[in-house]
Amino acid sequence: MHSQAKRLLKLALSPVLLLLSFLSTGVWAEEAPRWQVNMSPGVTEVGAKIYDLHMTVIWICVVIGVVVFAIMFYSILAHRKSPDREPAQFHESTTVEIAWTVIPFIILVVMAFPATTTLIDIYNTDDAEMDILITGYQWKWKYEYINPEGENVKFFSNLRTGKTEIYNEDDKGEHYLLEVDEPMVIPVNTKVRFLVTANDVIHSWWVPALAVKKDAIPGFINEAWTEVNQLGVYRGQCAELCGRDHGFMPIVVNVVEREEYDNWLAEKAADAVKIKELMAQEFTLDELAARGKDVYMRSCVACHGVNGEGGVGKAIAGSAVATGDIATHLEITINGVPGTAMQAFGGQLNDVDLAAVVTYQRNAFGNNMGDKVQPIDVYQFKQGQ
Amino acid sequence: MAHGPAKGLSRWLLTTNHKDIGTLYLWFSFTMFLLGGFFAMIIRAELFQPGLQLVEPEFFNQMTTMHGLVMVFGAIMPSFVGLANWMIPMMIGAPDMALPRMNNWSFWILPPTFLMLASTLFMEGGAPNFGWTFYAPLSTTYAPSTVTYFIFGVHLMGLSSIMGSINIIATVVNMRAPGMTYMKMPMFVWTWLITAFLLVAVMPVLAGLVTMMLMDVHFGTSFFSAAGGGDPVLFQHIFWFFGHPEVYIIILPGFGVVSQIIPTFSRKPLFGYDSMVYATASIAFLSFIVWAHHMYTVGMPIAGELFFMYATMLIAVPTGVKVFNWITTMWRGSLTFETPMLFAIGFVFLFTIGGFTGVMLALAPADFQYHDSYFVVAHFHYVMVAGAVFSMTAAVYYWLPKWTGKMYNESMGKAQFWVSFVGFNLTFFPQHFVGLAGMPRRIPDYALQFTDFNMMSSIGAFIYGASQLFFLFNVIRTIIAGEPVNRDKVWEGAEGLEWTVSSPPPYHTFTTPPPVK
Repeated sequence: MHSQAKRLLKLALSPVLLLLSFLSTGVWAEEAPRWQVNMSPGVTEVGAKIYDLHMTVIWICVVIGVVVFAIMFYSILAHRKSPDREPAQFHESTTVEIAWTVIPFIILVVMAFPATTTLIDIYNTDDAEMDILITGYQWKWKYEYINPEGENVKFFSNLRTGKTEIYNEDDKGEHYLLEVDEPMVIPVNTKVRFLVTANDVIHSWWVPALAVKKDAIPGFINEAWTEVNQLGVYRGQCAELCGRDHGFMPIVVNVVEREEYDNWLAEKAADAVKIKELMAQEFTLDELAARGKDVYMRSCVACHGVNGEGGVGKAIAGSAVATGDIATHLEITINGVPGTAMQAFGGQLNDVDLAAVVTYQRNAFGNNMGDKVQPIDVYQFKQGQ
Repeated sequence: MAHGPAKGLSRWLLTTNHKDIGTLYLWFSFTMFLLGGFFAMIIRAELFQPGLQLVEPEFFNQMTTMHGLVMVFGAIMPSFVGLANWMIPMMIGAPDMALPRMNNWSFWILPPTFLMLASTLFMEGGAPNFGWTFYAPLSTTYAPSTVTYFIFGVHLMGLSSIMGSINIIATVVNMRAPGMTYMKMPMFVWTWLITAFLLVAVMPVLAGLVTMMLMDVHFGTSFFSAAGGGDPVLFQHIFWFFGHPEVYIIILPGFGVVSQIIPTFSRKPLFGYDSMVYATASIAFLSFIVWAHHMYTVGMPIAGELFFMYATMLIAVPTGVKVFNWITTMWRGSLTFETPMLFAIGFVFLFTIGGFTGVMLALAPADFQYHDSYFVVAHFHYVMVAGAVFSMTAAVYYWLPKWTGKMYNESMGKAQFWVSFVGFNLTFFPQHFVGLAGMPRRIPDYALQFTDFNMMSSIGAFIYGASQLFFLFNVIRTIIAGEPVNRDKVWEGAEGLEWTVSSPPPYHTFTTPPPVK
């Protein structure tokens, strides 16, 4: 029924489609799930319930709409002014008024039952097997896997789509704007509780296939949960206007088998340990600069430009900070500049990456300072604050 | 100076005449409508294709914000105040508004206010960019410095609205002609009386809210900053305590207009007058206890969610009563389809669709999927554009021959209706689809799966936008070169005191109260 309706709709719209496809040839690279006209039931039990509720109400509205509009259009056709008919003059009927007050009320009560039970379900965050703390930042997400027995695994998830695609210099990839550098990974058939908050302004974490949308509000920790019953990669976006790059902070959730999840988590934990070891090491300028370039391209390039020429942020090429005192450079990188778009990266990047990126900035874009910052310097700077 | 208007510019600057002030409001609001529409065209042009083509995200956010602010506070609200100024005294048999000097002042606050607001586009840091709902802390700690102009602007608009509504209440309560009892008042007067009470109740709340913002921005308080012990969710509760009644402030006068037009062109009295009055009053009352349905995803306790869900669903009942009454008014009437009637029927049809999606959005669990998506954008444009703007357009065509004494061009009016109807639906119907498929609102760029419907939507928007220029042309042509109507009762089926005075009416009408049947 549903797919048939979709086909009919497509048929009805086909002249427009033809025109559009003509107008827009060559804009995208691969076929995405286009022409989706309805909510998807998603891959969770709650999602399916919401979808059923949505469809029930749509059909109720369609039936009421057809009846009401049929009466209206009948009247428009049959009750036109004509010389052989006088208009009726009736203008009130208490019975009719009571009827069309009571009947809609009853219909609404009928709708309220499934709505209430579904809502209770959405709110039941008990008995979750694991917790993930989700923090919204301008303009990225941080995921922290709560580990009651040891250190939490945490990482940031940034948009991976490049500027060249956004500015139409390259072809757009299949998952344009819906791809990240590090997705959230969760196990299938497991109840996962999300603790949702924000670091700066209000964001909203929305993955349609999971039927989860929860506002991330600074100072509050909201709860939501999901239990996905199908392996796959599910994509979503920030749903609350959060400033300039609101449209550029996607969410990707990778749902995998339990075993694969365990391995992934162990690997992540091991990475964190490795970073700790690296902390104690001395690096050469080249090592730092190479690592720093990667970090720069991930975390700085959006505001400061590929060649450090600036944009939203100040220029780094030849800047007083990058060619001046190291302590000031660290201070700005770690603590940000309040009241501007420059964020505090001290909590977002690890000390190795901070050391690397500061070193890179001091030795790239023609800033040939020749000096370097070691992870231990960053550590000591942070301790000394 | 006896009975005519003063000459030159001072006529308009110093006027205390309700007709002149009504005219000023109407022209001002139409100017704002074109400005807000221009912003919308920029938005739709950027969204024509995926990728960033015309504007940067920062400017895009300024456009969505300014579009919302200008349309709500500059176009729709003043247009209905202008209509109230022109029509209420003529409909209740009063010589003018009760407080004519305040009337002048409440209008003349508006142009400088919007000039100031629009000038922020050219200031350093750009115009307000936090959405017309200006949620803190994006609008406080993280706002551009022009937020201060925005706050001052909201204070001034609020001042103007409060004065305008006090004036309407005073006029309706005190200046009805003898025999014009409350339950004999035309529906338009009723809906405006109720609207005016809503305005007086919620505009101070909005003023309080922006004052708290001002304190947060400039004086170091932390009402809405969690870091200082404040509460960003409090902002939303206060905003929507204003914002939800505001929605009805926008639509109720439209209900009134349609309740005047449908009986006229059906040549049959309005069905269920009493129930229309009670339904309007119930909608107004309910509007105060449903605000948090805009906030289902902020993490309210479940008891709160359930309360707001049930209360919101209830609004469907009185709204349904109104729709049924309009259709029953047409039933077995003697219908003709002049331009005002076309827009009124278009209103009933499209507003009902907006009402259906409203019931869907009321359901909290489903709203977890709809909230902040294009589905919401589609919903509120069905009630704002097809509701408020269509009814306003209907009102202009309906009363223009009375105001000017000249007839507009009927075929051009009908053409405008059909072009707007098609353009409007082409713009906003596909937005339901992309919203359900997962497209968030207020984004300058989107995933490829949304491409086709967005392109359709943009094409529709350009068509709809162009149809407004038709409208402007038709109105100006009528004023300059319309056929004189030469009769008091312009429309065969029209009832009411405004049709007992000449077309155009004398500068002062009803200096002695007319008899009321």
